[in-house]
Amino acid sequence: MSNFASLQYFVPELFLTAAILVIIVIDLMLKGDKKIITGYLTAITALIAMLLAYHQYDFYPAALFKGMIVLDSFAIFFKIVTALATVLVVLMSLPSFRKKSEYYILMLVVTLGMFLMAEVNDLLMILVSMELVGIISYVLAGFKKEDPKSTEASLKYVLYGATSTAVMAFGFSYIYGLTGHTNLFDIQQALMTGHTNPLALFVAFVLVLGGLGYKIALVPFHFWVPDVYEGAPTPITAFIAVGPKAAGFALFARFLVTVVAHPGSAEGTFVQNVAIHAPMLIATLAVLTMTLGNLAALQQKNLKRLLAYSAIAHVGYIMMAFVVLNRQGLGAIMFYVIVYMFMNFGAFWIIEMMAPKLGGEEMDDYKGLGYRAPYAAISLAIFMFSLAGIPPLAGFIGKVYLFGAVIKEGWYILATIAVLNSAVSIYYYAYVSKVMFFEKNEDDADLPAVHTNVYEKFMVAVFALPTLVLGVYWSPVIKFAKNSIGFFFGR
Amino acid sequence: MGLLSLATFFPLFGMFIILFIPKKNLLAIKVVAVVTTFIPLALTSLMWLNYNYGLSGINLESQFQFVEHHAWIPAYHIEYFIGVDGLSFPMVWLTSLLDFIAIIASWNIAKAQKGYFSLFLLLSTSMMGVFVSLDFFLFYVFWELMLLPMYFLIGIWGGPRREYAAIKFFIYTLVGSVLMLVAMLALYFNVSDPITGEHTFNMLYMMQQSNHSPWLSIFDVRLWIYIALFIGFAIKVPIFPFHTWLPDAHVEAPTAISVILAGILLKMGTYGIIRISYPIFPDIAKYTSYALATLGVINILYGAFVAMAQTDLKKLVAYSSVSHMGFVLLGMAVFTSAGINGAVFQMFSHGMITAMLFLIVGVIYDRAHHRQINGFGGLGVSMPIYSGIASLAFFAALGLPGFTGFIAEALVFIGAFSVYKVLTILAALGIIVTASYVLWTVQRVFLGKLNPKYASIPDISGRELLTLVPLGILTILFGIYPLPVLNLMKVSLNYLITIV
Repeated sequence: MSNFASLQYFVPELFLTAAILVIIVIDLMLKGDKKIITGYLTAITALIAMLLAYHQYDFYPAALFKGMIVLDSFAIFFKIVTALATVLVVLMSLPSFRKKSEYYILMLVVTLGMFLMAEVNDLLMILVSMELVGIISYVLAGFKKEDPKSTEASLKYVLYGATSTAVMAFGFSYIYGLTGHTNLFDIQQALMTGHTNPLALFVAFVLVLGGLGYKIALVPFHFWVPDVYEGAPTPITAFIAVGPKAAGFALFARFLVTVVAHPGSAEGTFVQNVAIHAPMLIATLAVLTMTLGNLAALQQKNLKRLLAYSAIAHVGYIMMAFVVLNRQGLGAIMFYVIVYMFMNFGAFWIIEMMAPKLGGEEMDDYKGLGYRAPYAAISLAIFMFSLAGIPPLAGFIGKVYLFGAVIKEGWYILATIAVLNSAVSIYYYAYVSKVMFFEKNEDDADLPAVHTNVYEKFMVAVFALPTLVLGVYWSPVIKFAKNSIGFFFGR
Repeated sequence: MGLLSLATFFPLFGMFIILFIPKKNLLAIKVVAVVTTFIPLALTSLMWLNYNYGLSGINLESQFQFVEHHAWIPAYHIEYFIGVDGLSFPMVWLTSLLDFIAIIASWNIAKAQKGYFSLFLLLSTSMMGVFVSLDFFLFYVFWELMLLPMYFLIGIWGGPRREYAAIKFFIYTLVGSVLMLVAMLALYFNVSDPITGEHTFNMLYMMQQSNHSPWLSIFDVRLWIYIALFIGFAIKVPIFPFHTWLPDAHVEAPTAISVILAGILLKMGTYGIIRISYPIFPDIAKYTSYALATLGVINILYGAFVAMAQTDLKKLVAYSSVSHMGFVLLGMAVFTSAGINGAVFQMFSHGMITAMLFLIVGVIYDRAHHRQINGFGGLGVSMPIYSGIASLAFFAALGLPGFTGFIAEALVFIGAFSVYKVLTILAALGIIVTASYVLWTVQRVFLGKLNPKYASIPDISGRELLTLVPLGILTILFGIYPLPVLNLMKVSLNYLITIV
């Protein structure tokens, strides 16, 4: 489609771009306490962008801007999810970021980047969109300038990000060299018809995996995660753990189904363009990722670091579904992203809300919280057990779909390793409850009750209700996810 | 909503009511808890009165009773499918009975009563759910749902080493159940609904061998899936060598929770094997039966010998459970009518007897604040009524004629002797060991010279009698005239033998 004709299908992104510029101008005119209005505007903008993306849902899939991006239901699904993540993170940030309004505007820029990541159809576009998300994320991670940990987080994030992007770009150069195209669909066609050296393609795949693996925190590209999660402001940590990661999964899925594979003759299956050992490689990395994440999490005494390692473990679970790479697996990933968003945001929101009240994010600060703030403590327990995958909570259903996808294709050993991993993980998830409910020292028996205001309670409910409800009735969400596995292949 | 759903979910409803009662209003909380556990007991008793003794259940939906079958998540063929047959109904009734008794036994819980009773009611619903589910997914959800309240009930209200006991219980059981998850999903993708041809979680369809995929007919595959399921159930029973969580959990848990643990949770393991593993993999069940019988005998002897060595009364009772569950394993491993009827009757009987024993330990612990067997002596003088009831319960545990335990063990021996003679003789030796530790304990605690420390100890209270007497009466009643219970299960279990 020509550039000009494409514009009408680019409304959510155009709206975001315009809104970013307008909000910057409005923000300049706001002074002092009024700065918070920028936050409200950001939430509304992200919400409208989400609705605009939803409006595109029934559009006929097509490639836009001469094949640079595609608009299909898969892209729209991730646009909706990432925009929703932005809205929720803005709502989480409102109480603590009242004067620093540029924070909110930067978040909108990330949203724009995530939209593009969900719909890339060209190697160059992959680089552009990932850098747009990446660079703004570095800034957001270092937003607490006076806090050395935040600065450290930002710097680590930059260094890892820059290196891995360079590695990925190098991988792209291989792919371009092998096929002579940058458009993903053209690459697919070239690989299917030409006689590409499998080894060369495998090397390129490994290099690209390096860049993408960093974005989704895959072992061995995960070293930045704990420090960045700990150092960044909590809402940003939550955001990085869900938003850009979801966009990263979308991008990875699209890369796999076009560059590595193409739709097979049977419904919902994908066949490799050139036979390389991609599934085995991904399976190995998935096992390493979940095992390392879980084992490292066992040692953590800081809640944010614990959640960082837990996030790594969850990436491992999700990667299992990329091993099988079919409709079942992709649906499981999409469902999991939604579930993960609610339970993970919920856990981070409790940390964010409790940090000023308890004076820290260490496990010890939460001692006896079950008696000081039962509502928050029970909710945190719910989020933790949902992350652990205990029924009847949403996380369990998500895991059933992931495990089911690999079991269906006969990867029994992989599935067994994964379930044993989740049995190990219960130790540290339950440990949080143990600290909150079981440990009540005699000397701190009379610690005062911790009060939370209505807004804080409301936000807890926003995350806790879906976590509970999706564990018992999830039909609409899985249907939405499965209906959204429509890929468009073309220029 | 049918009777069975009401009986299952009434405690959950009670939990929601309790959540809205202010925590200062203790009496209201307790009344709600009592009422919402009494109603399921009334409902299941009503069901017993209306029970059709001729229906067999096991693998045919039309043979089940009080069935409720609705779509839940159609996209994944998950159904809300519950019903009872002769295998599950005795357990359902036992669950509702022990829930009610355990609530009364929890009357004097000292702290955070609101949390305690809410969690207890949640536990109650999940246990009932396990016994009534006929959809594997539903079964799994209830099975795992049990872990959360149990973890908190042991961890918050338990004894000195409660944190360790709670996490140990949690991780042990979870390892077993995640393996069951893999087995469940493997079954799901290899069993097809005979009507629609889609995959299904319906247990009854899984039992029809004709619905299995060719892959699921391979012997090795069946063996591996059987083993995965078996480990999940074995940890719950617990079968040696997976039993090490049990003494910790039982000893640290508060009295009422020990009652539930020993009275109901342990039965879930053997129930699961009979309900799920046997009919789905009859060939493997036969193939591994000798191993199971051997494990049963190991449980009997090992449990009894370890129990004899205990100095803590509660630990002794805990190990006696390991020993008694061995009879269930032996009885179900032989596939004879007497054997399997004896096994399920033993599950029912042991549920009541061990509940009494834990309640008895609770009574003395509340007064003396310790459980050292050698720390007592001559309690018969200062607590005559208590000693009488306690002796009765201990004799019931010993398997004395006139109590349910005797009927169950006799049936197991009759059923097993024709199949595994040596194993049965070894198991019978376990009875002697049991007799020695039971009698020795009775002697040390209730007979002999009165320990002057406990000269003025108050005798058993009315509330405590209310928990013990009904169980005592039932144990004797069904011990003398077991037919009401045996008739419940006879048709189903005899039918099960024929298909295995």
